[in-house]
Amino acid sequence: MNIELSRRAFLQTAGAGLAGTTLGALGFGDIEAAHAAAIRAFKLANTTEARNTCPYCSVACGVILYSKGDLRKGEQAEITHIEGDTDHPTNRGTLCPKGSALLGFVKAPTRLQQPMIRKPGADKFEPTTWEDALDRIARLMKDDRDQNFVATNNDGVTVNRWITTGFLAASATTNETAFETYKVVRSTGMLVFDNQARV
Amino acid sequence: MTNSWTDIRNTDLVVIMGGNAAEAHPCGFKWVTEAKANRGAKLIVVDPRYTRSASVSDLYAPIRQGTDIAFLLGLINYCIENDKVQRDYVKAFTNAGYVVKQGFTYQDGLFSGYDEAKRDYDKSSWDYEIGADGFAVVDDTLANPRCVWNLLKNHVAVYTPEMVERICGTPKDKFLKVAEMVAECSSPTKAMTSMYALGWTQHSKGSQNIRAMAMLQLILGNIGVRGGGMNALRGHSNIQGLTDVGLMSNLLPGYLTLPNEKEPDLAAYMSTRGFKPLRPNQMSYWQNYRKFFVSFQKAMYGSAATPENDFAYDYLPKLDVPGYDVLRAFDMMHQGKINLYLCQGFNALQAFPNKQKITASLSKLKLLVVMDPLATETARFWENHGAHNDVDPSAIQTEVIELPSTCFAEDDGSLTNSGRWLQWHWAGGTPPGEAKRDTWIMAQIHLRLKELYRKEGGAFPDPILNLHWPYADPGDPTAEEIAQEINGRALAKVTDTADPTKVLAEAGKLLPGFAALRDDGSTSCGCWIYSGCFNEKGNNMARRDTDDPDETGAYLKWAFSWPANRRILYNRASADLNGKAWDPDRKVIEWDGAKWSGYDVPDIAPTAKPGEVGPFIMNPEGVSRLFTRGMMRDGPFPAHYEPFESPIVNPVAPNVRGNPAARVFEGDFRQFAEPASAEFPYAATSYRLTEHFHFWTKHVIVNAVMQPEFFVEISEQLAAEKGIAKDGWVRVWSKRGSVTAKAMVTKRIKPLTCDGKTVHIVGIPLHWGFTGAAKKGFGPNMLTPYVGDANIETPEYKAFLVNIEPVSGPVA
Repeated sequence: MNIELSRRAFLQTAGAGLAGTTLGALGFGDIEAAHAAAIRAFKLANTTEARNTCPYCSVACGVILYSKGDLRKGEQAEITHIEGDTDHPTNRGTLCPKGSALLGFVKAPTRLQQPMIRKPGADKFEPTTWEDALDRIARLMKDDRDQNFVATNNDGVTVNRWITTGFLAASATTNETAFETYKVVRSTGMLVFDNQARV
Repeated sequence: MTNSWTDIRNTDLVVIMGGNAAEAHPCGFKWVTEAKANRGAKLIVVDPRYTRSASVSDLYAPIRQGTDIAFLLGLINYCIENDKVQRDYVKAFTNAGYVVKQGFTYQDGLFSGYDEAKRDYDKSSWDYEIGADGFAVVDDTLANPRCVWNLLKNHVAVYTPEMVERICGTPKDKFLKVAEMVAECSSPTKAMTSMYALGWTQHSKGSQNIRAMAMLQLILGNIGVRGGGMNALRGHSNIQGLTDVGLMSNLLPGYLTLPNEKEPDLAAYMSTRGFKPLRPNQMSYWQNYRKFFVSFQKAMYGSAATPENDFAYDYLPKLDVPGYDVLRAFDMMHQGKINLYLCQGFNALQAFPNKQKITASLSKLKLLVVMDPLATETARFWENHGAHNDVDPSAIQTEVIELPSTCFAEDDGSLTNSGRWLQWHWAGGTPPGEAKRDTWIMAQIHLRLKELYRKEGGAFPDPILNLHWPYADPGDPTAEEIAQEINGRALAKVTDTADPTKVLAEAGKLLPGFAALRDDGSTSCGCWIYSGCFNEKGNNMARRDTDDPDETGAYLKWAFSWPANRRILYNRASADLNGKAWDPDRKVIEWDGAKWSGYDVPDIAPTAKPGEVGPFIMNPEGVSRLFTRGMMRDGPFPAHYEPFESPIVNPVAPNVRGNPAARVFEGDFRQFAEPASAEFPYAATSYRLTEHFHFWTKHVIVNAVMQPEFFVEISEQLAAEKGIAKDGWVRVWSKRGSVTAKAMVTKRIKPLTCDGKTVHIVGIPLHWGFTGAAKKGFGPNMLTPYVGDANIETPEYKAFLVNIEPVSGPVA
């Protein structure tokens, strides 16, 4: 966070310093003030920065997210710009044709907005609520597990497995999401469990 | 990667084979251009297509897809024949001198112990002679005809430059040029790096493709050194992490393995793990396995894991098959044996082979749950999109719940890059609409399940009820809380085993690293290889100090690299038997008479004497393996097998079809074209474009504009032969499906001559579907075969057979 703040502070002071020194030194006092007032504030100086890494390939280039609003202060924050992180040892500020267009991924028109359900045989999705969707998932999981859980195999060995329900984990979620997912899935006895590394 | 992206700057020779870094990993590839510009490094590209990586190479050699092992064993043969071997390294750091048991043979494409009915081997003969002292028998002179070195020499002898040309279609003069450049790196002061990706993994013998190059790198002395290594360029931003944390059917975190049903208790489980050294004085680090396992169980089940109940060993499900990988899962689904399926950020319908089978399988589910930031095809597999998804919704009875999740820009946490760096990132934006973090979604599912079991009881509720859930807000765990859980904690005071007065961690404190783990239940740790990532010093994954003494590219203070913040794996092997760097200009660590130190965290006990303790500390031998004993399903050495769908019959083993140890489900075998099929005469391969990332960026307007439309790529020769016009429409079909596309007629693909026959190649990029901003299109998975690698079941997307014909205009 310190680096983020200092970078932002740098942008702000750099703008002020330019007006204060270059023109001021030449003795154009009033003109300088009028001129400074006419210069539009540098857009990024009014944004909050967050350090992140590109979610696409495994080079994991450093990126900086610029937002209107500050999440850390509990505000709504809208990302307005994404660029390469010049401090990052791997990419040193550069991005590829995919990473350069990351803002379009964050703001894609096909980002999902709310839980949806498609009933058997239906030809469209209908909106549902988080409560209803999660209750339904937990209910069906429990019913299936109770019906199909295998406690012992034919030789009487304790096996405690559940193989009629499966889980396919991701490829770009965090390690923390991964570990919590591992806990939740494995504690049910699920064996049909893989992630994108398989393919 | 054994090394890191920033280490590539130190190399003398880059070999890109089985990948296309310039297009798929552009900002990582910049370190190749850096090495070329600053060190005079050379770049070799071996690929069926003249890619953008090839366009900046010093030498390009064409190869038929699926024949990499023949090429690589040809290189090993060349190096041995021409004495281009780093002898001291091979003798000291590999199992070249280990004597193999009588009874091990290789003949007509098969190793000893093959059972055709089971498509599997009895691997008992694939092992070392064990002496009366209990250690492996070694002949340091390499004279014994049954030592690994001599067996290897015989094994690779068939792969002459002429045979390489016959199998691979690589002209002999090109192959020999590659061989000469590669062989130069047998000098202790020259390093070569291997950069590979899905072009090697997505074959029915993908694991052996990689082994073959690893063997070559060992023979050249390039493992453990700066600018060397085996560098897997992982596809997605956290594929490495998801695998490290063990989200695979048969894994526990940190490459521990799930028990199978022949292991009824902890003692039986441990009897085949925690290997004892096979040579005197070796570290054989898996001897600590029980510490990692018990600490993991404590992280999972807290106080419910006790010495009395084998640390909740019964809570773990036991496998009855090697694994329920995705191919097995969808085959079971196809047979109606799976009822519920949850996909977290994974577009299965587009990503898996033989799309017709995938659609039929999903249609048999009772419930499909999709958690994703984007509107995926998988969540809409039941929706009719004309030719692009030709289904009747009313005939599909699957209930589908689609849950909106956040993307990278909206959550905190760490991702593990290809070079094993765990880098923390911070959220910058508010999620759209009602989208939620995956950590919240998974917690909500768990808490609901737990409540149902608490209220109603049911099948073995114990592991669900007792799952350790130590979060301040149980419904919304934070990334920091989970990261600390992964790092591990002392549950009681942990002291140094050598000096009990020295406290490593007080009770309740975060552990400094995995050396502090214990097997008595006094420590917990979610993933041992990540231990040290978030300790009492703070969140080490969030470190951002770019200090890099002498510009070695190590960046020890940037983020955290597993294991133990080490940047180059096996770095002990960068120094000779006396502990001095093989190449003084490329020192990593050295022995100062008392301890190891240098630019990186030593990959050896700091006081382990050189000459006594071998550098490959995870292996019970202490050395690396040119011969893998019984650890691979399809052989202790790689051998050339044709893809299951191949334009020619295997020249070295005409009676063997495909990889003889690869698992094939019954119905799928019938859907393979015959070898050298007249019906499907062309060799197809799938690939990716630099403007797109898998199936994600077709949702991004900028990328959709740059590459708007599905196409297939063919040579001018094939176009002329079939009367296909540039940008004209074609139909391409395999035994499993059919696509229509515009034809891109290029000079980048040229026909090859293999076994006297002209082989035309058809390239099929994969980024399109029926959702997003780009035009609707097909992908290669309408056509690809349903078979995986013998060892890890990665599907054979890269080599299959098709036919092609011109058609008039769009059909959809």
